[in-house]
Amino acid sequence: MRALLETRLLPAIAVAAIVIVLPWFFPSMFYYRIGTLVFIYALAVVGLNLLMGFAGQVSLGHAGFLGIGAYSVAIGPTYLGMPSWLSLFAGAALSGIVAFLVGRPILRLKGHYLAVATLGFGLLVAIVLSNEAGWTGGPDGMTVPKLTLFDWSVRGSDTWYWIACATCVLGFVLALNLMHSPTGRSLQAIHDSEIASLVLGVDVASKKLTIFIISAIYASVAGSYLALFNGHVTPDVAGFLRSIELVAMVVLGGMGSIVGSLVGAIVLVVLPQVLTVFHEYEQALLGLIVMVFMIFLRRGIVPSLVAMLKGWRK
Amino acid sequence: MIVLETDRLAITFGGVRAIDGVNIAIESGQVFSIIGPNGSGKTTLFNLVSGLYKPNDGSIRLAGETVTGLAPDQLARRGLSRTFQNLQIFSRMTVLENVMVGRHRHERTGVLADLLHWPTVARQNRATREAALAALARVNLADVAERQAGSLAYGALKRLEIARALASEPKVLLLDEPAAGCNPIETQDIDHVIRSITQDGITVVLVEHDMRLVMNISDRVHVLQSGRTLTEGTPEEVRSNPAVIEAYLGVHGSQEAGRAFD
Amino acid sequence: MAELLQFVFSGLTVGAIYALVALGFTLIYKASDIINFAQGEFVMLGGMITVFAAQAGLPLPVAALLAIFLTTAVGLALHRFAVAPARGATPVALIMITIGASIFLRGVAQIVFDKRFHSLPSLFGGDPIKIGGAAILPQSLVVLASASIIVLVLWLFIDRTMLGKAVIATAANRLAARLIGVDTRSIVDFSFAVSAAIGAIAGILITPIALTSYDAGTLLALKGFAAAMLGGIGSAPGAVVGGLMIGMIEALSAGYISSNYKDAVAFLIILVVLIFIPQGLFGRAKVERV
Repeated sequence: MRALLETRLLPAIAVAAIVIVLPWFFPSMFYYRIGTLVFIYALAVVGLNLLMGFAGQVSLGHAGFLGIGAYSVAIGPTYLGMPSWLSLFAGAALSGIVAFLVGRPILRLKGHYLAVATLGFGLLVAIVLSNEAGWTGGPDGMTVPKLTLFDWSVRGSDTWYWIACATCVLGFVLALNLMHSPTGRSLQAIHDSEIASLVLGVDVASKKLTIFIISAIYASVAGSYLALFNGHVTPDVAGFLRSIELVAMVVLGGMGSIVGSLVGAIVLVVLPQVLTVFHEYEQALLGLIVMVFMIFLRRGIVPSLVAMLKGWRK
Repeated sequence: MIVLETDRLAITFGGVRAIDGVNIAIESGQVFSIIGPNGSGKTTLFNLVSGLYKPNDGSIRLAGETVTGLAPDQLARRGLSRTFQNLQIFSRMTVLENVMVGRHRHERTGVLADLLHWPTVARQNRATREAALAALARVNLADVAERQAGSLAYGALKRLEIARALASEPKVLLLDEPAAGCNPIETQDIDHVIRSITQDGITVVLVEHDMRLVMNISDRVHVLQSGRTLTEGTPEEVRSNPAVIEAYLGVHGSQEAGRAFD
Repeated sequence: MAELLQFVFSGLTVGAIYALVALGFTLIYKASDIINFAQGEFVMLGGMITVFAAQAGLPLPVAALLAIFLTTAVGLALHRFAVAPARGATPVALIMITIGASIFLRGVAQIVFDKRFHSLPSLFGGDPIKIGGAAILPQSLVVLASASIIVLVLWLFIDRTMLGKAVIATAANRLAARLIGVDTRSIVDFSFAVSAAIGAIAGILITPIALTSYDAGTLLALKGFAAAMLGGIGSAPGAVVGGLMIGMIEALSAGYISSNYKDAVAFLIILVVLIFIPQGLFGRAKVERV
């Protein structure tokens, strides 16, 4: 038991245990829906966290990859006769290729310059999606055919809950694996000192590109799920505000913390639902809460709480 | 055998020739020190040799191969490693993980294997960990292996950088002021570490202001002044060279300088 | 030719506003290394407060002054109550705080004001003036003139006054500035206040042409940030040139290519510029010292 608790996969195991128990307490289908959204976002956030929290490279345009994934499962079955699941993989591959092409030149940029370059990329995707109406339905978006696997049509929030949950846990496992590997160590090293990493033989440019591609694929798969689950997609999925939302989830949950990614997604998916009770005060409250969290838990919710617990134990 | 060699190396920053036609030739297994007054171009020379700067002129050869203009990571993979004057620690990682990164060039797993945590990765991690622990033991840091690197004292961080560079098993190790800011006892430690490194046949190139350390352990000393070679020789030759003393403290200070060199 | 002149004029007008927003980013960044994403909300507040104060019966100039005053107060409050308490947090955390602030200000504006679009009467009427066959709104000239005056005043201030020198000292080296007796906290206070005031003025100037609403700030912040980065973050001339360039590119590509893709063209050019000049047009290349 002790050995199991100390494995690197502990966070993933804990999360899996909680999500399996949780539905017993769901009073209605609506909760499955919220749970599904949390998992889908958490998947994208883990990917972004690998890039931002782990390797230290900011992206303010990650919703662009969410958009590519989402529109792949919309356009593939509708216009190209591809089954949804194949479209999902095609979208992930496309996102990977786009990330490769875009990442090569822009990942040389640092800090705020990288931020504005990725922001520009995200906007370009969103603009193309809302203007190529012949393929995308323009600003109103388009309907996404239901996911079917071998004659089994996937419907219902409870079914999606389990699919999203399983994928999300898989995403966590892969991320945790990566963190505890040679690649993971060199990425973390790049975050702290690119120069020291270079003189130790780390090919910084290719490592950055690798993690950019991986995080793009995470976002793309999440985007596909989002579109399939909602049954409809609009260019907002790739918009600037969505990118900001993903970054907010990473930072709020805790940079570099895998469990933090889930917590960040929970807070920013659930909070707006709760705040709808306050009607017009919703946005003001949301902004206020984000500010207060960041002022008092500046390292993010999970790392700050962990530090506090350690402090108490001493 | 000459393991590291520069030929008429030169670099210019905004019209100033920071390094101006420097030739060095370092015998394998030696401790080769580069000294000179502040601003004489010692660290610039290191930055050129380790690939952080590209020279405007001249060439660099490492173990017989011309490596002029190669990137730092390519040089690292050919067996050149270094430490930094103002530390470049991976402060968020543990002490052990810092040194494990030093093993990077010996690690042989792909991204896919890393993602799926194939058995090779577990084996690799164990091997890397052991080698890193051994490197830490050499600089007496094994007992703080699990501490976060950022929490260590300055002198310990200096040794951590040496352990990290050692872990990469370099042919040539560039040490940029390893004793700067260290107290006499810590400097003594550094002295011991450098001696043990050379016993493994690793060539050490040293930039250092602590003359006692330099004169104690160097086989050859190369003196730079304003980016040019002033002289080169054994510690004794350099110590008794009037031009060197003058370069350091000016004519009037030469008497004190003479004392400082003893 | 007349067509080109028309595009150039509208590009300059919008560009001047972007330049002012970019200057706001630059000032705060210089003083504190913080990218303030609530910069666009200052612009929104300037416009919205003027509109509603004027509706409440205040004469337009008084309403405008009130808007500048209140927005400046908001800027100061943002620093005092949200940014200053988080001293020492990582840059990303600080950016998140300003993003939180921008959501908050948007939310408050939605409650205090409304969700509709609003306009202001132009100072010199709405009849276009003909110059070389191009029709130019008088307000465009007001925008350009005011923006030039602001840039000039700011430059004179920084260059000629003691407080301005303190700002430069703080920007160059915060610790050294503090050691020679500069109260760096007040300097940051000051930079937030001035940025907010400039933002508010930009908002008042543009509202007669472009309308405003509670969420008008997001896009402006985005363009202003992009302009500041294009020019090279921390460079005031860079902010002005970056802003004007983005305005021009947008107007020209809207005119000659497609208005749907004007933002795309602008950001494509920014991407290309940054790939070739990673520190922006006027930014200083950082040599890493090791």
